[in-house]
Amino acid sequence: MTPEQLLTAYTLRLGDNALVLGQRMLELVAAGPELEEELANANLALDYIGQARLYYSCAAEREGQGRDEDDLAFRRHEHEFKNLLLLEQPNGHFGDTIVRQVLFDAFYQLQLEALTRCSDTRLAEIAARATKEVSYHLRHAERWLLRLGDGTDESHRKVQGSLDNLWRYTGEMFSADDLDIGMQEHFDGPDLQAIETAWQDSIAGIVDAATLTLPVERVMASGGKQGVHTEHFGYLVAELQHLPRSYPGATW
Amino acid sequence: MSAVNREQVLAWLADVPDPEIPVLSVLDLGIVRDVRCGDGVVVALAPTYSGCPATDVIEANVIAALQDRGIADVSVERVLSPPWTTDWISAAGIEKLRAYGIAPPEKSAGKRALLQGDLVVPCPRCESQQTELVSEFGSTACKASYRCTDCLEPFEYFKCL
Repeated sequence: MTPEQLLTAYTLRLGDNALVLGQRMLELVAAGPELEEELANANLALDYIGQARLYYSCAAEREGQGRDEDDLAFRRHEHEFKNLLLLEQPNGHFGDTIVRQVLFDAFYQLQLEALTRCSDTRLAEIAARATKEVSYHLRHAERWLLRLGDGTDESHRKVQGSLDNLWRYTGEMFSADDLDIGMQEHFDGPDLQAIETAWQDSIAGIVDAATLTLPVERVMASGGKQGVHTEHFGYLVAELQHLPRSYPGATW
Repeated sequence: MSAVNREQVLAWLADVPDPEIPVLSVLDLGIVRDVRCGDGVVVALAPTYSGCPATDVIEANVIAALQDRGIADVSVERVLSPPWTTDWISAAGIEKLRAYGIAPPEKSAGKRALLQGDLVVPCPRCESQQTELVSEFGSTACKASYRCTDCLEPFEYFKCL
């Protein structure tokens, strides 16, 4: 793989993360637990979809095969998406949604900060744009984690369950594969080891403040970065792609 | 086509409203980053939020506004860097927001303003400092919801970015 191809694949993967999380959150539109949260969720989803478009447009131009952002989102197969397994996990109850958000955004924020310093100007620009949005998302999700963890016995029990359940999908974020290593070597990309340390610190802090307990589970699931997904993903892709697959060429 | 100058184009753009906050023009909002006049006109625009649905509408409106003035060849260029910040909203824009009932953003929208929880947002109606945050999010991506505990009116705050 040439450095240029590597950069394209890495950008595409960033797009997959943003699209899949955005799609999951869009499933919650009109199902928020209260009006303010409904608006918050839709706003967040919009940011992720917007970011996905930036990454996909960039990747599509770079690969130069005549595909556009829509081809990448709507006309690729399940195994061609390289998003983190964490992001495709179902919304579950509100605690599940919030824990997924905190675990990912704390990572994504660190990843974006590192990418603003990478040697590829375009990706650094997208990261600089996105990092402002994600810091807002993270703050929102952290506040909810505090409220749920340090809330009632029931909310505490449920959100602890969410944390225990989703923890196994966090290891994948930090296991550097060829793309991560190449990105670091050729483009001064993120150092996942350094990010893991910073992430552990920040998550330990917020979990403690929320009176929750860090899971001891050490067995981690992986595969998303290679396109091997959990059983939930096929359904997500089917819904995401239903319209353009059923009505090819449909326009507004 | 006779050459049009940059000042003229900027004057026309002062009449193009933001679709979501129509009291602000695209100039007030600070999203017009450059205007280049040659054979045609190129307007460089900075999107506010990555997913802001107004972005496409604004671009279409800018193109239409200039075409209405007889410029056939208009194109819009999206610039991501440096990323748009609420600091770029003009002084006139800040006043228009306040008059419209939206509390304008604080200046220097750096990390401090973004991450610090409890800033005081004065009520745009009665100027009371006794206000409370209802939600970090509002009717559009760029606003948060507040409530004034003196005049009891809900209002929106154009959040710092």
